[in-house]
Amino acid sequence: MDPETPEQTPPEPPNLAWQRVLLARHPKRPHTLDYIERLITDFHEIHGDRLFADDAAIVCGIGFFESRPVMLVGEQKGRDTKDKLHRNFGMPKPEGYRKAIRVMQIAAKFGRPVITFLDTPGAYPGIDAEERGQAEAIARNLREMARLEIPVISICIGEGGSGGALALGVGNQVFMMENSVYSVISPESCAAIIWRDSAKAEQAAAALRLTAEDLLHLGLIDGVIPEPPGGAQENTDAAAELVRKKIRDSLEELGRLSGAELVEQRYKKFRRMGNFFTTHAGRTLVAGD
Amino acid sequence: MSWFKRENNPEKKAQKPEKGQRKVKTEGLWLKCEGCKEIIWKKDLEDSHNVCPKCGSHFRIDAVARLQLLLDGPYQQFDTDLASADPLEFVDQRSYRERLATAQEATSLADALISAAGTLEGRKVQICAMEPKFIGGSMGGVMGEKITRAIERSITTRQPLIIISASGGARMQEGAISLMQLAKISSALMHLDEARVPYISVLTDPTTGGVTASLAMLGDLNIAEPGALIGFAGPRVIEQTIRQKLPEGFQRSEFLLKHGMLDAIVPRLQLKSYISQALTFFSGPVQ
Repeated sequence: MDPETPEQTPPEPPNLAWQRVLLARHPKRPHTLDYIERLITDFHEIHGDRLFADDAAIVCGIGFFESRPVMLVGEQKGRDTKDKLHRNFGMPKPEGYRKAIRVMQIAAKFGRPVITFLDTPGAYPGIDAEERGQAEAIARNLREMARLEIPVISICIGEGGSGGALALGVGNQVFMMENSVYSVISPESCAAIIWRDSAKAEQAAAALRLTAEDLLHLGLIDGVIPEPPGGAQENTDAAAELVRKKIRDSLEELGRLSGAELVEQRYKKFRRMGNFFTTHAGRTLVAGD
Repeated sequence: MSWFKRENNPEKKAQKPEKGQRKVKTEGLWLKCEGCKEIIWKKDLEDSHNVCPKCGSHFRIDAVARLQLLLDGPYQQFDTDLASADPLEFVDQRSYRERLATAQEATSLADALISAAGTLEGRKVQICAMEPKFIGGSMGGVMGEKITRAIERSITTRQPLIIISASGGARMQEGAISLMQLAKISSALMHLDEARVPYISVLTDPTTGGVTASLAMLGDLNIAEPGALIGFAGPRVIEQTIRQKLPEGFQRSEFLLKHGMLDAIVPRLQLKSYISQALTFFSGPVQ
């Protein structure tokens, strides 16, 4: 693409990225518990970080996926107003991330795979979250997920809100639902910072390349899970079946690797991400310059 | 208190230029300290590594000055010409390529980080310093790769790793690529941890967003300069979320220390000896 010739571009195509943002946030879109209900039998939620509180924005629990024991960890948004407040709109606090890594380590101890669902506008930006070390909690999860000697499958089911989502997303295989988005910053915040106008969110959404195809193309995820026509909110059962198929295949594939191989495979995968470099002409670095 | 205060600093008097030329001559020679609001002579400030000689406020310094402050002498640089290829072809009001070119011109760096190896009080170390003047010290694919390579060099050479953070966080113009650098670096730090090679994270003004939520909080020791802004979310974002004014001193080093997020606050002029002693504790005396 030549940035010098904007006036020759044809009439603007519909902003598909923004449509995906709207679908990812659709009020009827299936959430973590909707998938757990359909895919997991004998699910028992386990609570608390043993340090401060139980964060309802992250649901953790044990259960069986097609009779295989698995640990589930997922961000949960609310459905009605009361539920939304209870779930803090799906924005976890440090105690949520600490609970998540605690249960993942239990799973690793007993050799059980972990399945994580990412769906958050972002980690909660509030005074209490900062006081209790939101950054430390996320950082620790990133490092400790890398150490897990078990299969970790991460699925972005709605909004992959930056570090708040990635803190559950260091998986051996990472998938995105067709209409989910995964971004370093929300389009609104990006627009507010770069364009100094949050109304430019639609433009920002396109510029950020946050759709499943974009991330697949950039080599940042391992696959895209298709959704029923019109989006997952149109048929939650059908969406869950498509997720089921992907989890089944992925567990099968990862099940062949040893603990050490899983750690190695996960590291190699993330190690390669974002290697789009050019050589800076060295103008700056020549001796005597 | 008297109404008028006589200026009796002899050094200042000596510097006082002739009337008439005054404006021209003082241009750029004097600075107002944001901390104590006093006027300070620029050379005094430079001599004290940009720490206000009057109140001890820490001014920001660039990556080169950082390395000069901490290392004994000349150092070897790595990946100096690694630059972003702008994979998203990101354009807002200006294109990312343009922003990169401007920053490269202004800082003489290819991206917002210098990665080097040198000696610190005689001990060989791997050291990375972020450059806050390069697009806010933001972290994209280049910084992620350079830091990861530094971590890997630390593992192979068993030389301690020091990373000095000064960054607004992940670089928006590289979208999810920037985000994934958090996972990439943190995974590499897991291997450094397993290898039991010391890593000291130094947080300076400002360290926020994705840099805090990954490498900056993962040191064996996390130490900060006084008064540095350190946090996950930026203060403005938090104010918008809670719709209240933030308390005084919120997200400053002292606040983080109080809440248990830092091992220590170390003034700039003591950083080198502090790190040296910590490394002696971890790895024993210099061979």
